[in-house]
Amino acid sequence: MNIKMETDMKKLMCVGLLLAATALLAGCPKKKTVSEPPVAPTQVPASAATNGSGSGASTTMTPLDGGASAANGMGADGGPLARKIIYFDFDKAEIKPEFSDIVTTAARNLASHPSLKVRLEGNTDERGTREYNIGLGERRAQAVRRALLLQGAAEGQITTVSFGAERPAVEGDNEAAWSQNRRVELNYQTGPGQP
Amino acid sequence: MNKPIHTRIHVLRRLHAAVLAVVLAGAAAGARAEFVVEITKGQSEAIPIAVVPFAAPEVAQASFDVAQLVADDLSRSGRFRSMDRKDMIEQPHTGAAIAFDDWRRLANDYILVGQQSPDAAAADRYNITFELYNSLNRQRLLGYQIGTNRTGLRLAAHQIADMVFEKIIGVRGAFSTRVAYISVLGHLPNKTYRLIVADADGQNPRVIMESKEPLMSPAWSPDGQSLAYVSFEERLPSIYVQTLKNGERRRVSAHAGVNQAPAWSPDGRKLALTLSTRDGNLDVYVLDLATQALTRITDDPAIDTEPQWSKDGESLYFTSDRAGGPQIYKISLAPGSRPRRLTFQGSYNARPRISPDETQLAFVTQEEGAYRIATMDLRGRGDVQVLSRGRFDVSPSYAPNGAVLIYASRDRDRGVLALVSSDGRVQQKLVSTEGEVQEPAWGPF
Repeated sequence: MNIKMETDMKKLMCVGLLLAATALLAGCPKKKTVSEPPVAPTQVPASAATNGSGSGASTTMTPLDGGASAANGMGADGGPLARKIIYFDFDKAEIKPEFSDIVTTAARNLASHPSLKVRLEGNTDERGTREYNIGLGERRAQAVRRALLLQGAAEGQITTVSFGAERPAVEGDNEAAWSQNRRVELNYQTGPGQP
Repeated sequence: MNKPIHTRIHVLRRLHAAVLAVVLAGAAAGARAEFVVEITKGQSEAIPIAVVPFAAPEVAQASFDVAQLVADDLSRSGRFRSMDRKDMIEQPHTGAAIAFDDWRRLANDYILVGQQSPDAAAADRYNITFELYNSLNRQRLLGYQIGTNRTGLRLAAHQIADMVFEKIIGVRGAFSTRVAYISVLGHLPNKTYRLIVADADGQNPRVIMESKEPLMSPAWSPDGQSLAYVSFEERLPSIYVQTLKNGERRRVSAHAGVNQAPAWSPDGRKLALTLSTRDGNLDVYVLDLATQALTRITDDPAIDTEPQWSKDGESLYFTSDRAGGPQIYKISLAPGSRPRRLTFQGSYNARPRISPDETQLAFVTQEEGAYRIATMDLRGRGDVQVLSRGRFDVSPSYAPNGAVLIYASRDRDRGVLALVSSDGRVQQKLVSTEGEVQEPAWGPF
């Protein structure tokens, strides 16, 4: 028992140290262990952009290759032209027919502007385990990537990232929110200066 | 009749010098969120125990009720029923003062008495003396004195509860261990993600890491000194290992694509993790932390993720949807091994965690459209038991004594933590006063 007590008390001391350190630190200026995240554009999509079921958004859509867009094909300063969103069914990664024109437009745009890059951000709704959802988000981003490649975009123009369920566009535990969150966002990037 | 208390422990003399070194590390920032514990399902055959308020001559100075926390710990475990103080007809503080016949009539099997007093010889020092008795045969089961400072009083109470639990139940108590979890504050688009380490009862939260981008999947090193986790702080996922005592952290995996689901090997030298190929195929790898050598373990076009080591360090449990929906598999690390499927009941079984003795597997299962915590017996026929009743119950994690699981649940639209005994008989909810909490990971002893 004495030996056991000693082990326990060693542990008590270790944790005690942490506790004491916390108490002292409470009086010090807070110091983050984190470097500031790079300046990033807000990731809330204009929810009405593609299916109009969002509330209050009034985003206008113009085909990228139709108008007098800037030389990089993005339109001015990453306005609504710079973002497209493709939505998915539950637990699915197939691109539904109603979104094929977004893919076609994006692929044509990438093909005609070789310096243009797009980042595909895959997302899921909140249901299921977090890490498996990362896989599902990646699978959705890859479905869009493959479709873009098939239609003329080059490998080097596309990067993917999966946020799984970690970055919902809409909060809430109902299908209205979930359907907005199962998505791939097409995020155009003009150069190395952009995240 | 009673032997004098013979064990005296001096831990704090060395503490003051050590604290200075730790403070420089600057890893901690105070977090104010507290937890409210609700026992949602208790156990009828809980053992009755009386934890008598400790004599505290200068209670204002001590200002912390050690005995109450001991009683709360024991009650919350579901294994004990602590007697209400209002029902105590007397309040002895030493074994010699216990009128055993009275306590036995009040149907208490055990009685804990003690004193808590400031040390006359030193500032900010307290001595706690406690004795545990079997009230039926009057036998003294425990008798100790603990010296601590004010900050250590809470931990001392958890230590006492641990000892009482072990003495009576025969299983090591886990009240003095820690839990890591992710806290999400604010609303879109201004969310703040925090990695927090708190006492096992949710108190004493400390912010280990804070970011405007998601933090995920905290995993304790086996020695309890470090956490591995996923951070999207560069808007891409990377795996970091951070040492708790000094806040130092190291980016250990930042490959193109997915870097996810870190899990420590039992010897603490390797991480199992999930990486993706260029075309987005997720597979499980093992990373040697010293050499950075990477070994691919699974090779399948499906999603293979959420690895967890077997106790002997020679196999991995993981989730794969190679058969359609996600199911749990086990694969030996020996080259050329093929995975064996473990779960067959239901269409969704994911995120395996093994109990400390590896007799039980906990995971997330889908049932009636809900996600719930289930366990499977790894010894016999693989009997499955669904332990939770929520709609969004995920991220189960075993206490180091295997008696309880902590998991993430939902309460009125908010992410909360919940506890369930590994036999499913006791359930509790830990509701944070602030923000959403998710992905709890119970630390080692």
